[in-house]
Amino acid sequence: MGYPHKSHPRETPVLSKHFGDGESRSLDGWKKRGGYKALELALGMTPAQIVDIVKASGLRGRGGAGFPTGVKWSFMKPGDGKPHYLLCNADESEPGTFKDREIMRWTPHALVEGCAIGAYAIGAETAFIYIRGEFQEPIDRMEAALKEAYAANILGKNAMGTGKTINVYVHKGAGAYICGEETALMESLEGKRGNPRIKPPFPAVSGAFGQPTTINNVETLVAVPHILVNGAEWYKAMCLSNAKSTGTKLFSVCGNISKPGNYEIVLGFPFKDFLYDLCGGPTAGRRFKAIIPGGASVPIQTMDEAEATLMDYEGFVAQGTMLGSGGVIVFDDAQSIPRQVARLTRFFAHESCGQCTQCREGTSWTTRILDRIVAGQGTYEDLDTLLEMAENMTGKTICVLSDSCAAPVVSGLQKFRHEFEALITGKRSSTVAGGSQTTAASAKLSVGAGA
Amino acid sequence: MSGHAEAYAPVFVGKRKEEITELLKRYPTKMAGLLPALWMVQEDRGWVSEQAMTEVAEVLELTAAYVKGVVSFYTMYHQHPVGKHFIQVCTTSPCLCNGADKVVNAFLEHTGCKELGITSADGKYTVIEVECLGACGFSTPVQINADTIENVTPDKVPVILAGLK
Repeated sequence: MGYPHKSHPRETPVLSKHFGDGESRSLDGWKKRGGYKALELALGMTPAQIVDIVKASGLRGRGGAGFPTGVKWSFMKPGDGKPHYLLCNADESEPGTFKDREIMRWTPHALVEGCAIGAYAIGAETAFIYIRGEFQEPIDRMEAALKEAYAANILGKNAMGTGKTINVYVHKGAGAYICGEETALMESLEGKRGNPRIKPPFPAVSGAFGQPTTINNVETLVAVPHILVNGAEWYKAMCLSNAKSTGTKLFSVCGNISKPGNYEIVLGFPFKDFLYDLCGGPTAGRRFKAIIPGGASVPIQTMDEAEATLMDYEGFVAQGTMLGSGGVIVFDDAQSIPRQVARLTRFFAHESCGQCTQCREGTSWTTRILDRIVAGQGTYEDLDTLLEMAENMTGKTICVLSDSCAAPVVSGLQKFRHEFEALITGKRSSTVAGGSQTTAASAKLSVGAGA
Repeated sequence: MSGHAEAYAPVFVGKRKEEITELLKRYPTKMAGLLPALWMVQEDRGWVSEQAMTEVAEVLELTAAYVKGVVSFYTMYHQHPVGKHFIQVCTTSPCLCNGADKVVNAFLEHTGCKELGITSADGKYTVIEVECLGACGFSTPVQINADTIENVTPDKVPVILAGLK
């Protein structure tokens, strides 16, 4: 299958195999496709055995940081007498990323199963799936799947007839990008403003409700059942580059490209083939100019860098950026890089929680200066100021939202400085073919409006 | 909104009271019920008034000021009434580079709202720009109340509006 397009022969659909297949949404349909065999298997093992298998598979967090999942789970100590919590981060809000949305829309039981296994493995009786408030359809699909799972005694006080308690609940967010940051998500779940917490303490020591907590991305959790059923060796063998990056990964592709959508490939796949073969290359008459490959928070790549990239955690770093969430944003030659960078920083200015000065002031002033440059009113001094501010916004705040805002500014200025300079020397506005200015009304609404 | 003269009908009575009581069993604290409780208010009333914040505070044993602090943090809770059809157009980078700004303009024109955030004179529509709806491969996604519509282009806007009930 595939959605919105049919799977490409060079894809390896494991997690996305049933995208577009409406019958996989029901419990019956999911069981016919092999569903809940992994949970049955898992409940027959000890938590430590599950953690070992996940460790051996090499699975790393798919939300952005790439931390080894089995290692994260091993920080939890079942039997310490405290309530443990599993949180599933389904607050997918990183611009460019829309993979978890499709997982929940098409295969909600895959996530129920992943959460149940994860909860058991870390000694938790309760898992919360925190879904962003805008995702009403994914929320409805998950609620329907949970209802079926409870009715069939897959979840609850006697999960799968094993006498173990596993509860999984949906918790609906209310519109705040920052709640995708793990500690902000915990605050939000607890009924507070989504302000990130200072670490340490880390979640495994004091997370949700002050108790030991593990938080995993949707895509990470849905990979686990496949690992349990097929074995760690099977997963580890899915590797095209280096042993540190194993398994399949979903990449969401958007922007100026022929076939936007979700693609699942084995890590290490050549990015050039991915862009031109799987995704169909640029639209008619256009050429690619720049790529943000891992969601809005990672540095911009030139096409030379992108075309030399192997798509894994290390491969993206080697080419000046990061794998991040796998949200690939493509800009073609009709786009103005300064204008796109200004729009990205506007996003971060809007979403800053406002706790840290560097972020609250930095994101907002960066946006104002960039808007001035885009409007043809910039100076060379502005470029220095932007870089100076970016330095102050990097590595100095509670969370990395501020760093994320600085990333497109620094990389944009490094790699596409001539476009900024052209706007300054030419004193002309940045309207390029196919583009137009953001409306003044929207500028007023967005800048500095807080979270 | 004259406020004080109108009697406030509480939200958390009957079925809603049962619902929130049941829901609170999931969490170790009452405070954790705040976001869900605010959603219930907005579902029933269309927005979250100051009186509703006071009621929620009483139900969850919080202060009204605390509740307002939380309400104002999140973009999806309306602190004033909005149009019957609340239209959110994504204009973040991946959508902007595919012409999302033109979709915004089409909605402003065809709803008669003219300005972002202003409700149309007939009370039917409010149009805002929204940050990333998480459907970037389907640019431009537009959310109308709880429904997301994918691949919206300016020419589709009149048809979409005509289909709203």
